[in-house]
Amino acid sequence: MTQYLLSVPGSVDDEMPSDDVIQEMFATVEKFNQKVRNAGKWVFAGGLEPIATATTVDATGDSPTVTDGPFSEAKEYLGGFWVIEAADLDEALQWAKEGSAACGGPVEVRPFAGEA
Amino acid sequence: MSAQRPAAALGADAVADVVRAEYGRVIAGLIRRYGDIGLAEDALGEAIVIALERWPQEGVPPNPAGWLTTTASRKALDHLRREKVRDEKYAEATMLTDDTPPEPTGPVTDDRLRLIFTCCHPALAEPARVALTLRLLGGLTVAEIASAFLIPETTMAQRITRAKAKIAKAGIPYRIPERADLAERLDGVLAVLYLVYNEGYLSSTADNADRQDLADEAIRLTRAVRLIADEIGSPPEVDGLLALMLLSQARRPARIAADGSLVTLDDQGRTNWDSHLIDEGHAIVRECLRRNAPGPYQLQAAIQAVHTDALDVSLTDWRQIVALYDQLMHVRPSPVVALNRAVALAELDGPQVALAIVDGLELTAYAPWHATRADLLRRLGRTNDARRAYAAAIATTENPAERAWLASRRKTLG
Repeated sequence: MTQYLLSVPGSVDDEMPSDDVIQEMFATVEKFNQKVRNAGKWVFAGGLEPIATATTVDATGDSPTVTDGPFSEAKEYLGGFWVIEAADLDEALQWAKEGSAACGGPVEVRPFAGEA
Repeated sequence: MSAQRPAAALGADAVADVVRAEYGRVIAGLIRRYGDIGLAEDALGEAIVIALERWPQEGVPPNPAGWLTTTASRKALDHLRREKVRDEKYAEATMLTDDTPPEPTGPVTDDRLRLIFTCCHPALAEPARVALTLRLLGGLTVAEIASAFLIPETTMAQRITRAKAKIAKAGIPYRIPERADLAERLDGVLAVLYLVYNEGYLSSTADNADRQDLADEAIRLTRAVRLIADEIGSPPEVDGLLALMLLSQARRPARIAADGSLVTLDDQGRTNWDSHLIDEGHAIVRECLRRNAPGPYQLQAAIQAVHTDALDVSLTDWRQIVALYDQLMHVRPSPVVALNRAVALAELDGPQVALAIVDGLELTAYAPWHATRADLLRRLGRTNDARRAYAAAIATTENPAERAWLASRRKTLG
Protein backbone atom coordinates (compact mmCIF):
# COMPACT_ATOMS: atom_id res chain seq x y z
CA MET A 1 0.00 0.00 0.00
CA THR A 2 1.19 3.44 -0.88
CA GLN A 3 -0.21 6.71 0.37
CA TYR A 4 -1.20 9.16 -2.32
CA LEU A 5 -1.88 12.88 -2.08
CA LEU A 6 -4.90 13.87 -4.13
CA SER A 7 -4.73 17.64 -4.31
CA VAL A 8 -7.30 20.01 -5.69
CA PRO A 9 -5.82 23.18 -7.14
CA GLY A 10 -7.66 26.46 -6.95
CA SER A 11 -6.99 29.64 -8.91
CA VAL A 12 -7.15 33.29 -7.87
CA ASP A 13 -9.17 33.80 -11.07
CA ASP A 14 -11.89 31.42 -9.94
CA GLU A 15 -15.20 33.06 -9.32
CA MET A 16 -16.77 32.46 -5.92
CA PRO A 17 -19.66 30.05 -6.51
CA SER A 18 -23.09 30.71 -5.04
CA ASP A 19 -24.06 29.28 -1.65
CA ASP A 20 -26.32 26.68 -3.24
CA VAL A 21 -23.51 25.41 -5.42
CA ILE A 22 -21.13 25.29 -2.46
CA GLN A 23 -23.66 23.40 -0.30
CA GLU A 24 -24.23 20.86 -3.05
CA MET A 25 -20.47 20.44 -3.53
CA PHE A 26 -19.99 19.86 0.21
CA ALA A 27 -22.70 17.21 0.10
CA THR A 28 -21.20 15.30 -2.86
CA VAL A 29 -17.69 15.55 -1.40
CA GLU A 30 -18.92 14.24 1.95
CA LYS A 31 -20.57 11.34 0.14
CA PHE A 32 -17.29 10.59 -1.61
CA ASN A 33 -15.37 10.90 1.68
CA GLN A 34 -17.70 8.38 3.26
CA LYS A 35 -17.07 5.98 0.38
CA VAL A 36 -13.31 6.30 0.86
CA ARG A 37 -13.71 5.65 4.61
CA ASN A 38 -15.95 2.64 4.02
CA ALA A 39 -13.36 1.20 1.66
CA GLY A 40 -10.72 1.55 4.36
CA LYS A 41 -8.62 3.87 2.18
CA TRP A 42 -9.08 7.06 4.16
CA VAL A 43 -6.07 8.72 5.80
CA PHE A 44 -6.85 12.42 5.98
CA ALA A 45 -8.52 15.16 3.98
CA GLY A 46 -9.35 18.81 4.21
CA GLY A 47 -10.30 21.96 2.41
CA LEU A 48 -8.18 25.07 2.90
CA GLU A 49 -9.22 28.66 3.46
CA PRO A 50 -8.54 30.99 0.50
CA ILE A 51 -4.92 31.72 -0.43
CA ALA A 52 -5.30 35.27 0.98
CA THR A 53 -5.11 33.68 4.43
CA ALA A 54 -1.60 32.29 3.80
CA THR A 55 1.48 33.47 5.63
CA THR A 56 5.01 32.49 4.62
CA VAL A 57 7.73 31.85 7.17
CA ASP A 58 11.37 31.69 6.07
CA ALA A 59 13.98 30.76 8.63
CA THR A 60 16.70 29.84 6.17
CA GLY A 61 18.51 33.19 6.50
CA ASP A 62 20.18 34.95 9.43
CA SER A 63 16.89 35.76 11.08
CA PRO A 64 13.47 34.31 10.38
CA THR A 65 11.08 36.39 8.31
CA VAL A 66 7.31 36.26 8.35
CA THR A 67 5.56 37.52 5.24
CA ASP A 68 1.92 38.02 4.40
CA GLY A 69 0.94 35.90 1.41
CA PRO A 70 1.81 32.61 -0.29
CA PHE A 71 5.29 31.31 -1.06
CA SER A 72 4.59 31.07 -4.78
CA GLU A 73 3.51 33.91 -7.04
CA ALA A 74 1.50 31.47 -9.14
CA LYS A 75 -2.20 31.98 -9.72
CA GLU A 76 -2.86 28.35 -8.85
CA TYR A 77 -2.75 27.28 -5.25
CA LEU A 78 -3.68 24.27 -3.15
CA GLY A 79 -7.36 24.47 -2.40
CA GLY A 80 -7.86 21.16 -0.65
CA PHE A 81 -6.63 17.59 -0.59
CA TRP A 82 -7.13 13.98 0.33
CA VAL A 83 -4.51 11.57 1.57
CA ILE A 84 -5.55 8.03 0.72
CA GLU A 85 -4.16 4.52 0.77
CA ALA A 86 -4.09 2.71 -2.56
CA ALA A 87 -2.56 -0.50 -3.88
CA ASP A 88 -1.13 1.21 -6.94
CA LEU A 89 -1.49 4.22 -9.21
CA ASP A 90 -4.47 2.72 -11.03
CA GLU A 91 -6.45 2.53 -7.81
CA ALA A 92 -5.35 6.04 -6.82
CA LEU A 93 -6.43 7.35 -10.24
CA GLN A 94 -9.81 5.68 -9.84
CA TRP A 95 -10.37 7.47 -6.52
CA ALA A 96 -9.11 10.70 -8.07
CA LYS A 97 -11.69 10.44 -10.87
CA GLU A 98 -14.47 10.12 -8.31
CA GLY A 99 -12.98 12.89 -6.16
CA SER A 100 -12.68 15.20 -9.14
CA ALA A 101 -16.30 14.63 -10.10
CA ALA A 102 -17.37 15.19 -6.49
CA CYS A 103 -15.52 18.48 -5.92
CA GLY A 104 -15.96 19.81 -9.45
CA GLY A 105 -12.27 20.44 -10.17
CA PRO A 106 -9.21 18.68 -11.51
CA VAL A 107 -7.23 16.53 -9.07
CA GLU A 108 -3.46 16.03 -9.03
CA VAL A 109 -2.24 12.62 -7.87
CA ARG A 110 1.16 12.17 -6.22
CA PRO A 111 2.60 9.30 -4.25
CA PHE A 112 4.24 9.95 -0.89
CA ALA A 113 7.97 9.28 -0.94
CA GLY A 114 9.47 6.21 0.64
CA GLU A 115 7.22 3.43 -0.58
CA ALA A 116 8.60 2.63 -4.01
CA MET B 1 22.55 -29.92 -28.18
CA SER B 2 21.72 -30.18 -31.85
CA ALA B 3 20.52 -26.57 -31.87
CA GLN B 4 24.03 -25.35 -31.13
CA ARG B 5 25.63 -23.33 -33.82
CA PRO B 6 29.30 -23.87 -34.58
CA ALA B 7 31.33 -21.55 -32.40
CA ALA B 8 33.38 -20.26 -35.29
CA ALA B 9 30.31 -18.81 -36.98
CA LEU B 10 29.39 -16.83 -33.92
CA GLY B 11 30.83 -13.37 -33.66
CA ALA B 12 29.79 -10.71 -31.19
CA ASP B 13 27.27 -9.39 -33.74
CA ALA B 14 25.58 -12.76 -33.99
CA VAL B 15 25.35 -12.94 -30.21
CA ALA B 16 23.85 -9.45 -30.20
CA ASP B 17 21.23 -10.59 -32.73
CA VAL B 18 20.22 -13.55 -30.61
CA VAL B 19 20.12 -11.41 -27.48
CA ARG B 20 18.07 -8.73 -29.16
CA ALA B 21 15.53 -11.23 -30.45
CA GLU B 22 15.03 -12.57 -26.91
CA TYR B 23 15.34 -9.29 -25.00
CA GLY B 24 11.65 -8.39 -24.70
CA ARG B 25 10.59 -11.88 -23.64
CA VAL B 26 13.33 -12.21 -21.03
CA ILE B 27 13.03 -8.72 -19.54
CA ALA B 28 9.24 -9.01 -19.27
CA GLY B 29 9.60 -12.27 -17.33
CA LEU B 30 12.21 -10.77 -15.03
CA ILE B 31 10.09 -7.69 -14.36
CA ARG B 32 7.12 -9.91 -13.57
CA ARG B 33 9.20 -11.93 -11.15
CA TYR B 34 11.05 -9.12 -9.40
CA GLY B 35 8.61 -6.25 -9.87
CA ASP B 36 11.47 -3.86 -10.53
CA ILE B 37 12.40 -2.65 -14.01
CA GLY B 38 15.80 -1.28 -12.97
CA LEU B 39 16.84 -4.50 -11.25
CA ALA B 40 15.66 -6.57 -14.22
CA GLU B 41 17.61 -4.41 -16.67
CA ASP B 42 20.81 -4.52 -14.62
CA ALA B 43 20.60 -8.28 -14.18
CA LEU B 44 19.89 -8.91 -17.86
CA GLY B 45 22.73 -6.54 -18.79
CA GLU B 46 25.14 -8.65 -16.74
CA ALA B 47 23.80 -11.87 -18.26
CA ILE B 48 24.37 -10.44 -21.74
CA VAL B 49 27.98 -9.61 -20.89
CA ILE B 50 28.50 -13.24 -19.82
CA ALA B 51 26.80 -14.45 -23.00
CA LEU B 52 29.16 -12.33 -25.08
CA GLU B 53 32.10 -14.01 -23.34
CA ARG B 54 30.83 -17.57 -23.46
CA TRP B 55 28.61 -18.12 -26.49
CA PRO B 56 31.28 -17.45 -29.12
CA GLN B 57 33.38 -20.14 -27.39
CA GLU B 58 30.78 -22.65 -26.31
CA GLY B 59 28.06 -22.05 -28.87
CA VAL B 60 24.59 -20.61 -28.37
CA PRO B 61 22.68 -22.66 -25.80
CA PRO B 62 19.69 -24.58 -27.19
CA ASN B 63 17.29 -22.25 -25.40
CA PRO B 64 18.92 -18.80 -25.38
CA ALA B 65 15.94 -17.11 -23.70
CA GLY B 66 15.96 -19.70 -20.92
CA TRP B 67 19.72 -19.37 -20.50
CA LEU B 68 19.48 -15.57 -20.28
CA THR B 69 16.59 -15.79 -17.82
CA THR B 70 18.42 -18.21 -15.53
CA THR B 71 21.67 -16.29 -15.63
CA ALA B 72 19.95 -12.92 -15.13
CA SER B 73 17.88 -14.37 -12.28
CA ARG B 74 21.04 -15.45 -10.49
CA LYS B 75 22.46 -11.97 -10.93
CA ALA B 76 19.24 -10.38 -9.68
CA LEU B 77 19.31 -12.61 -6.61
CA ASP B 78 22.93 -11.60 -5.98
CA HIS B 79 21.85 -7.96 -6.05
CA LEU B 80 18.96 -8.63 -3.71
CA ARG B 81 21.13 -10.54 -1.23
CA ARG B 82 23.63 -7.69 -1.20
CA GLU B 83 20.81 -5.23 -0.58
CA LYS B 84 19.17 -7.43 2.02
CA VAL B 85 20.27 -5.33 4.96
CA ARG B 86 19.21 -2.13 3.30
CA ASP B 87 15.90 -3.37 2.07
CA GLU B 88 14.33 -6.01 4.20
CA LYS B 89 11.33 -6.66 2.02
CA TYR B 90 13.49 -8.15 -0.71
CA ALA B 91 14.81 -10.70 1.74
CA GLU B 92 11.63 -12.68 1.83
CA ALA B 93 12.56 -16.27 1.31
CA THR B 94 9.68 -16.92 -1.06
CA MET B 95 11.12 -14.35 -3.41
CA LEU B 96 14.51 -16.03 -3.48
CA THR B 97 13.12 -19.39 -4.44
CA ASP B 98 10.13 -18.27 -6.47
CA ASP B 99 9.63 -20.57 -9.41
CA THR B 100 5.85 -20.47 -9.43
CA PRO B 101 4.25 -19.67 -12.77
CA PRO B 102 2.83 -16.14 -13.13
CA GLU B 103 -0.71 -15.80 -11.86
CA PRO B 104 -3.26 -15.71 -14.65
CA THR B 105 -4.26 -12.21 -15.79
CA GLY B 106 -7.29 -12.98 -17.87
CA PRO B 107 -7.56 -14.54 -21.28
CA VAL B 108 -3.93 -13.97 -22.18
CA THR B 109 -1.09 -14.72 -19.82
CA ASP B 110 1.84 -13.02 -21.33
CA ASP B 111 4.54 -11.09 -19.55
CA ARG B 112 5.24 -8.97 -22.60
CA LEU B 113 1.61 -7.97 -22.89
CA ARG B 114 1.58 -6.81 -19.27
CA LEU B 115 4.76 -4.92 -19.90
CA ILE B 116 3.31 -3.10 -22.89
CA PHE B 117 0.27 -2.00 -20.87
CA THR B 118 2.67 -0.75 -18.20
CA CYS B 119 4.82 1.08 -20.75
CA CYS B 120 1.69 2.58 -22.35
CA HIS B 121 0.07 3.70 -19.10
CA PRO B 122 -1.86 6.95 -19.59
CA ALA B 123 0.11 8.48 -16.69
CA LEU B 124 3.14 8.51 -19.02
CA ALA B 125 3.46 11.00 -21.87
CA GLU B 126 3.19 9.40 -25.31
CA PRO B 127 6.82 10.00 -26.37
CA ALA B 128 7.89 8.24 -23.16
CA ARG B 129 5.51 5.35 -23.85
CA VAL B 130 6.96 4.71 -27.28
CA ALA B 131 10.55 5.08 -26.08
CA LEU B 132 10.02 2.74 -23.16
CA THR B 133 8.29 0.14 -25.32
CA LEU B 134 11.10 0.21 -27.89
CA ARG B 135 13.68 -0.02 -25.11
CA LEU B 136 12.11 -2.79 -23.04
CA LEU B 137 10.17 -4.84 -25.57
CA GLY B 138 12.15 -4.03 -28.68
CA GLY B 139 15.53 -4.19 -26.96
CA LEU B 140 16.71 -1.10 -28.85
CA THR B 141 19.54 0.84 -27.28
CA VAL B 142 18.95 4.35 -26.03
CA ALA B 143 21.20 5.62 -28.85
CA GLU B 144 19.05 3.86 -31.46
CA ILE B 145 15.82 5.22 -30.02
CA ALA B 146 17.29 8.72 -29.84
CA SER B 147 18.28 8.49 -33.49
CA ALA B 148 14.79 7.24 -34.40
CA PHE B 149 13.27 10.30 -32.74
CA LEU B 150 15.94 12.65 -34.08
CA ILE B 151 16.77 13.91 -30.58
CA PRO B 152 20.05 13.92 -28.61
CA GLU B 153 20.91 10.71 -26.81
CA THR B 154 21.15 12.44 -23.42
CA THR B 155 17.61 13.80 -23.84
CA MET B 156 16.30 10.35 -24.70
CA ALA B 157 18.19 8.80 -21.77
CA GLN B 158 16.58 11.32 -19.41
CA ARG B 159 13.14 10.65 -20.87
CA ILE B 160 13.47 6.89 -20.36
CA THR B 161 14.96 7.25 -16.89
CA ARG B 162 12.16 9.59 -15.87
CA ALA B 163 9.51 7.20 -17.17
CA LYS B 164 11.03 4.24 -15.32
CA ALA B 165 11.27 6.28 -12.11
CA LYS B 166 7.61 7.25 -12.44
CA ILE B 167 6.56 3.63 -12.91
CA ALA B 168 8.46 2.67 -9.75
CA LYS B 169 7.65 5.66 -7.54
CA ALA B 170 4.09 6.48 -8.56
CA GLY B 171 3.20 2.79 -8.42
CA ILE B 172 2.15 2.20 -12.03
CA PRO B 173 1.10 -1.46 -11.86
CA TYR B 174 2.52 -4.23 -13.98
CA ARG B 175 -0.66 -5.82 -15.30
CA ILE B 176 -3.23 -5.83 -18.03
CA PRO B 177 -5.88 -3.31 -17.00
CA GLU B 178 -9.25 -4.42 -15.78
CA ARG B 179 -12.16 -4.53 -18.15
CA ALA B 180 -13.42 -1.08 -17.15
CA ASP B 181 -10.10 0.58 -18.03
CA LEU B 182 -9.27 -1.51 -21.05
CA ALA B 183 -11.20 0.51 -23.62
CA GLU B 184 -9.53 3.80 -22.74
CA ARG B 185 -6.09 2.19 -22.57
CA LEU B 186 -6.43 0.45 -25.90
CA ASP B 187 -6.02 3.53 -28.11
CA GLY B 188 -2.67 4.36 -26.55
CA VAL B 189 -1.44 0.79 -26.87
CA LEU B 190 -2.46 0.58 -30.53
CA ALA B 191 -0.69 3.88 -31.25
CA VAL B 192 2.52 2.58 -29.71
CA LEU B 193 2.29 -0.82 -31.42
CA TYR B 194 1.87 0.96 -34.74
CA LEU B 195 4.96 3.10 -34.09
CA VAL B 196 6.93 -0.01 -33.10
CA TYR B 197 5.76 -1.71 -36.31
CA ASN B 198 6.80 1.31 -38.36
CA GLU B 199 10.24 1.30 -36.81
CA GLY B 200 10.46 -2.36 -37.80
CA TYR B 201 9.05 -1.73 -41.28
CA LEU B 202 11.44 1.06 -42.16
CA SER B 203 14.17 1.47 -39.58
CA SER B 204 15.27 5.00 -38.90
CA THR B 205 18.77 3.91 -37.92
CA ALA B 206 21.65 3.90 -40.34
CA ASP B 207 22.58 0.23 -39.84
CA ASN B 208 19.39 -1.50 -40.91
CA ALA B 209 16.88 -1.18 -43.73
CA ASP B 210 14.27 -2.86 -41.59
CA ARG B 211 14.03 -4.52 -38.22
CA GLN B 212 12.12 -7.71 -38.91
CA ASP B 213 12.20 -8.73 -35.25
CA LEU B 214 10.43 -5.49 -34.28
CA ALA B 215 7.82 -5.82 -37.01
CA ASP B 216 7.15 -9.44 -35.99
CA GLU B 217 6.93 -8.48 -32.33
CA ALA B 218 4.47 -5.67 -33.09
CA ILE B 219 2.27 -8.13 -35.01
CA ARG B 220 2.53 -10.76 -32.29
CA LEU B 221 1.56 -8.23 -29.61
CA THR B 222 -1.29 -6.85 -31.70
CA ARG B 223 -2.66 -10.39 -32.06
CA ALA B 224 -2.41 -10.80 -28.29
CA VAL B 225 -4.11 -7.44 -27.68
CA ARG B 226 -6.86 -8.55 -30.07
CA LEU B 227 -7.59 -11.56 -27.89
CA ILE B 228 -8.01 -9.32 -24.85
CA ALA B 229 -10.06 -6.85 -26.85
CA ASP B 230 -12.58 -9.64 -27.46
CA GLU B 231 -13.51 -9.16 -23.82
CA ILE B 232 -14.72 -5.63 -24.42
CA GLY B 233 -16.55 -6.28 -27.66
CA SER B 234 -13.61 -6.20 -30.10
CA PRO B 235 -13.19 -2.55 -31.04
CA PRO B 236 -12.80 -2.70 -34.86
CA GLU B 237 -9.69 -0.52 -34.79
CA VAL B 238 -7.76 -3.40 -33.24
CA ASP B 239 -8.68 -5.52 -36.25
CA GLY B 240 -7.88 -2.59 -38.53
CA LEU B 241 -4.38 -2.25 -37.11
CA LEU B 242 -3.69 -5.97 -37.37
CA ALA B 243 -4.89 -6.06 -41.00
CA LEU B 244 -2.79 -3.00 -41.80
CA MET B 245 0.32 -4.66 -40.37
CA LEU B 246 -0.36 -8.01 -42.09
CA LEU B 247 -0.91 -6.43 -45.50
CA SER B 248 2.24 -4.31 -45.17
CA GLN B 249 4.15 -7.34 -43.96
CA ALA B 250 2.88 -9.43 -46.89
CA ARG B 251 4.83 -7.21 -49.28
CA ARG B 252 8.07 -7.49 -47.37
CA PRO B 253 9.60 -10.27 -49.52
CA ALA B 254 9.38 -7.95 -52.53
CA ARG B 255 10.24 -4.69 -50.77
CA ILE B 256 14.01 -4.80 -50.58
CA ALA B 257 16.20 -5.69 -53.54
CA ALA B 258 19.29 -7.88 -53.42
CA ASP B 259 21.50 -4.77 -53.36
CA GLY B 260 19.67 -3.51 -50.27
CA SER B 261 17.71 -0.76 -51.99
CA LEU B 262 13.97 -0.28 -51.61
CA VAL B 263 11.63 -1.53 -54.28
CA THR B 264 8.56 0.69 -54.55
CA LEU B 265 5.06 -0.70 -54.85
CA ASP B 266 4.97 -0.21 -58.64
CA ASP B 267 8.08 -2.28 -59.22
CA GLN B 268 7.54 -5.05 -56.68
CA GLY B 269 7.31 -8.59 -58.02
CA ARG B 270 3.78 -9.27 -56.88
CA THR B 271 4.16 -13.03 -57.07
CA ASN B 272 6.67 -12.65 -54.22
CA TRP B 273 4.07 -11.23 -51.90
CA ASP B 274 3.04 -13.52 -49.06
CA SER B 275 -0.38 -14.80 -50.14
CA HIS B 276 -1.26 -16.24 -46.71
CA LEU B 277 -0.78 -12.86 -45.04
CA ILE B 278 -2.74 -11.17 -47.83
CA ASP B 279 -5.63 -13.63 -47.47
CA GLU B 280 -5.72 -13.13 -43.71
CA GLY B 281 -5.50 -9.34 -44.05
CA HIS B 282 -8.25 -9.22 -46.70
CA ALA B 283 -10.55 -11.38 -44.57
CA ILE B 284 -10.13 -8.99 -41.62
CA VAL B 285 -10.75 -5.95 -43.85
CA ARG B 286 -13.95 -7.55 -45.18
CA GLU B 287 -15.05 -8.11 -41.60
CA CYS B 288 -14.33 -4.42 -40.82
CA LEU B 289 -16.36 -3.32 -43.84
CA ARG B 290 -19.24 -5.46 -42.66
CA ARG B 291 -19.21 -3.76 -39.26
CA ASN B 292 -19.09 -0.34 -40.93
CA ALA B 293 -17.43 1.64 -38.14
CA PRO B 294 -14.43 2.99 -40.03
CA GLY B 295 -11.49 4.41 -38.10
CA PRO B 296 -7.98 5.45 -39.18
CA TYR B 297 -6.37 1.99 -38.95
CA GLN B 298 -9.23 0.29 -40.76
CA LEU B 299 -9.12 2.86 -43.55
CA GLN B 300 -5.36 2.45 -43.96
CA ALA B 301 -5.84 -1.32 -43.98
CA ALA B 302 -8.53 -0.94 -46.64
CA ILE B 303 -6.10 1.10 -48.77
CA GLN B 304 -3.52 -1.67 -48.41
CA ALA B 305 -6.22 -4.19 -49.31
CA VAL B 306 -6.94 -2.36 -52.57
CA HIS B 307 -3.23 -2.28 -53.42
CA THR B 308 -2.70 -5.94 -52.63
CA ASP B 309 -5.83 -6.87 -54.57
CA ALA B 310 -4.24 -5.75 -57.86
CA LEU B 311 -2.21 -8.48 -59.54
CA ASP B 312 -0.48 -5.79 -61.56
CA VAL B 313 0.06 -2.14 -60.67
CA SER B 314 -1.88 -1.10 -63.81
CA LEU B 315 -4.94 -2.84 -62.39
CA THR B 316 -4.89 -0.75 -59.19
CA ASP B 317 -8.26 0.82 -58.41
CA TRP B 318 -6.94 4.36 -57.81
CA ARG B 319 -10.43 5.82 -57.63
CA GLN B 320 -11.21 3.66 -54.61
CA ILE B 321 -7.85 4.50 -53.04
CA VAL B 322 -8.45 8.23 -53.39
CA ALA B 323 -11.94 7.78 -51.92
CA LEU B 324 -10.46 5.95 -48.91
CA TYR B 325 -7.85 8.70 -48.45
CA ASP B 326 -10.68 11.26 -48.57
CA GLN B 327 -12.34 9.39 -45.72
CA LEU B 328 -9.04 9.17 -43.85
CA MET B 329 -8.54 12.93 -44.24
CA HIS B 330 -11.98 13.30 -42.72
CA VAL B 331 -11.39 11.14 -39.62
CA ARG B 332 -7.70 11.89 -39.05
CA PRO B 333 -6.33 14.65 -41.24
CA SER B 334 -2.57 15.10 -41.36
CA PRO B 335 0.00 16.39 -43.85
CA VAL B 336 1.31 12.83 -44.32
CA VAL B 337 -2.15 11.54 -45.21
CA ALA B 338 -2.58 14.50 -47.60
CA LEU B 339 0.75 13.59 -49.21
CA ASN B 340 -0.27 9.96 -49.74
CA ARG B 341 -3.63 11.06 -51.10
CA ALA B 342 -1.84 13.31 -53.58
CA VAL B 343 0.27 10.36 -54.77
CA ALA B 344 -2.92 8.41 -55.54
CA LEU B 345 -4.54 11.47 -57.09
CA ALA B 346 -1.61 11.81 -59.49
CA GLU B 347 -2.71 8.50 -61.03
CA LEU B 348 -6.24 9.79 -61.56
CA ASP B 349 -5.81 13.49 -62.35
CA GLY B 350 -2.16 13.71 -63.38
CA PRO B 351 1.09 14.92 -61.77
CA GLN B 352 0.32 18.65 -62.16
CA VAL B 353 -2.73 18.48 -59.91
CA ALA B 354 -0.84 16.36 -57.37
CA LEU B 355 2.20 18.66 -57.33
CA ALA B 356 0.04 21.69 -56.50
CA ILE B 357 -1.23 19.84 -53.41
CA VAL B 358 2.19 18.49 -52.42
CA ASP B 359 3.83 21.93 -52.67
CA GLY B 360 1.31 23.27 -50.20
CA LEU B 361 2.27 20.76 -47.48
CA GLU B 362 4.76 21.66 -44.78
CA LEU B 363 6.79 18.46 -44.72
CA THR B 364 10.30 19.60 -45.61
CA ALA B 365 11.89 17.42 -42.91
CA TYR B 366 10.17 14.30 -44.31
CA ALA B 367 12.08 12.36 -46.96
CA PRO B 368 8.95 10.95 -48.70
CA TRP B 369 7.73 14.52 -49.30
CA HIS B 370 10.91 15.34 -51.22
CA ALA B 371 10.81 11.98 -53.00
CA THR B 372 7.19 12.49 -54.05
CA ARG B 373 7.94 15.98 -55.36
CA ALA B 374 10.94 14.60 -57.21
CA ASP B 375 8.85 11.93 -58.90
CA LEU B 376 6.07 14.36 -59.87
CA LEU B 377 8.63 16.85 -61.23
CA ARG B 378 10.27 14.05 -63.22
CA ARG B 379 6.91 13.10 -64.72
CA LEU B 380 6.35 16.74 -65.66
CA GLY B 381 9.72 16.79 -67.43
CA ARG B 382 11.26 19.28 -64.97
CA THR B 383 14.47 17.26 -64.73
CA ASN B 384 16.66 19.81 -62.92
CA ASP B 385 14.03 20.47 -60.26
CA ALA B 386 13.55 16.71 -59.88
CA ARG B 387 17.28 16.18 -59.39
CA ARG B 388 17.39 18.82 -56.65
CA ALA B 389 14.37 17.26 -54.94
CA TYR B 390 16.04 13.81 -54.93
CA ALA B 391 19.16 15.35 -53.36
CA ALA B 392 16.98 16.94 -50.67
CA ALA B 393 15.27 13.60 -50.03
CA ILE B 394 18.61 11.78 -49.65
CA ALA B 395 19.79 14.43 -47.20
CA THR B 396 16.66 13.91 -45.09
CA THR B 397 16.87 10.16 -44.40
CA GLU B 398 19.33 7.90 -42.61
CA ASN B 399 17.76 4.67 -43.82
CA PRO B 400 20.25 2.88 -46.09
CA ALA B 401 17.64 1.19 -48.31
CA GLU B 402 15.78 4.43 -48.80
CA ARG B 403 19.00 6.26 -49.63
CA ALA B 404 20.06 3.62 -52.15
CA TRP B 405 16.68 3.74 -53.83
CA LEU B 406 16.65 7.55 -54.02
CA ALA B 407 20.18 7.61 -55.44
CA SER B 408 19.21 5.13 -58.16
CA ARG B 409 16.11 7.18 -59.02
CA ARG B 410 18.23 10.30 -59.31
CA LYS B 411 20.60 8.44 -61.59
CA THR B 412 17.81 7.56 -64.04
CA LEU B 413 17.38 11.30 -64.65
CA GLY B 414 20.77 11.21 -66.36
